[in-house]
Amino acid sequence: MGSRVEILNEGGFRSDGRRQYELRDMTIDLSQQGSADGSAVVTHGLTQVLVSVFGPREAKMRSQTIHDRANINVEVNVAAFSTGERRRRTRGDKRILELAATIKSTFEPVVQTNLYPRSQIDVFVQVLQQDGGLLQACINGTTLALVNAGIPLLDFVCAVTGGVHETAPMLDLTLLEENDTPNVTVAVMPKTGKVTLVTMETRLHVDRFEKIFRLAGDAGKVIHGEMKSAVKTRTSALVTAMGSGPRVGAGDAADRDADERMNEY
Amino acid sequence: MISFTSFPIQPDDIHNGWRAHHPDIAEDTLMDLDDEQELFEAGGSKLTYPGESLTSSQSYMRGHGTYVDNEEVIASVAGTVERVNKLVTVRAIRTRYNPEVGDLVVGRITEVQPRRWKVDANSRQDAVLMLSSVNLPGGVQRRKLESDELQMRTFFEEGDLLVAEVQAFFSDGAMSLHTRSLKYGKLRNGQLVSIPPILVRRLKSHFIALPCGVDLILGLNGYIWVSKHVKESDQEGEEGFDTEAVYSNQNDEIDESTRLAISRVTNIIRVLASRFVPLSDTLLLEAYEWTVDQEGGVKDLLQEDVGDALVATVTARL
Repeated sequence: MGSRVEILNEGGFRSDGRRQYELRDMTIDLSQQGSADGSAVVTHGLTQVLVSVFGPREAKMRSQTIHDRANINVEVNVAAFSTGERRRRTRGDKRILELAATIKSTFEPVVQTNLYPRSQIDVFVQVLQQDGGLLQACINGTTLALVNAGIPLLDFVCAVTGGVHETAPMLDLTLLEENDTPNVTVAVMPKTGKVTLVTMETRLHVDRFEKIFRLAGDAGKVIHGEMKSAVKTRTSALVTAMGSGPRVGAGDAADRDADERMNEY
Repeated sequence: MISFTSFPIQPDDIHNGWRAHHPDIAEDTLMDLDDEQELFEAGGSKLTYPGESLTSSQSYMRGHGTYVDNEEVIASVAGTVERVNKLVTVRAIRTRYNPEVGDLVVGRITEVQPRRWKVDANSRQDAVLMLSSVNLPGGVQRRKLESDELQMRTFFEEGDLLVAEVQAFFSDGAMSLHTRSLKYGKLRNGQLVSIPPILVRRLKSHFIALPCGVDLILGLNGYIWVSKHVKESDQEGEEGFDTEAVYSNQNDEIDESTRLAISRVTNIIRVLASRFVPLSDTLLLEAYEWTVDQEGGVKDLLQEDVGDALVATVTARL
């Protein structure tokens, strides 16, 4: 490599101007997408994913039904235009299958699948832009889409990527940083602090692990705040819209009046 | 505040003047005067999200949309908190249809199986329609024969739409439907719209005839059937009930103006649903009249600004 980009310069800034522990800008869009039961578009900096959730619904394949709980089916599709170099990935790509399997195993203990025996919950993840932290974006997006679909969850699942440059821990890595530093993705349930996923594809020194693991856990709580406020805004917008129609009470009251008048006879 | 001189005013009633007039309610609210009070205020319209602790499980019972962990009742869906006495439930704002016995649903046949049909009714599993719970041709009360089993596709085929009532549940929670009434059965002469089930409220009748020559069937599962108006005398049929008519796949002749009216009503329902406005017959009528007054085409309704204007006027009037 000729002109090497500094991951962390002497002033303590990263290549995109963030400090070590700063997260990228996160935006959440929970509006209705097509006929999905719930959907979410999540961006972390330049990484963007769209997650659509369908279900719980009748399993399309009989072999996939589980008699006492719902089956979660995750499919990931990476858009050819999502990376810097245009590249088409097929559905059978091993890396993508692994990503889908990781998402599935992250959510299996969190979704209350036992409430929906013999059903199936379909999660379709569309990766629109990639700039590092793909798994974290997929997990955060899936959480929000599941909440939006009204599927019961024990808690939010909030994921963050952490890495270590020399000895300095960093959070929410971009693609550039991800390629150059050992990194770990951690998904936490903020209420209990339980961790549903820790995954590494690179080697990380044992002594550094605990520090970065704790940092990622704390960062998950920050992300949780963002997700919570997005869900609250969406819910209150829908409740207000429903209330702006004819009041529930009004119709009932009219009916009751009519009933009372009937009773008088 | 109005003070009634004939009653002695108690000192602590000064801030809660209404309480004295509703002794029952007063007692109820007094029980909640702990730090949880704000949870159930304002008619239980507090919003929550998964993982939020609602109350202690020792003083309250958990209902749908909640779970208990560490002696706490915790919400598991995003929606409104509701309370009935000591039962705390969270109603999800957007979810699939939760069937209840007696509900009217509109569904689509997905599969023909031995002695039963599978019906997609927007629920968590396909509903089941047994051959024994449909009206068989040649007399309303008749035992089913083997020949009926062999010609099930002459009654309902894959893809057919039908209106039915929820009869019972199976042990795994799947619902069983029945069409043993002349009101129920195969649907034709119309168009299906699908909206979130929460926007369809329980009404006295879910069969609505709009004066513009359009019939509506509001399925509680969020499937709505918009069709040409059928006269009631035609609908009832003769004593023996005509199978040809009930299980026919042939649409009647529908004239241009009825087609326009059906599309207009369908588009109005779509617009209202996209703005998350609950449906009612008065609202639909109001909206229909407004769109006719605007003299726009039927498809213009789906434009953003026209839709916004429609929802704004209609909800303001009611």
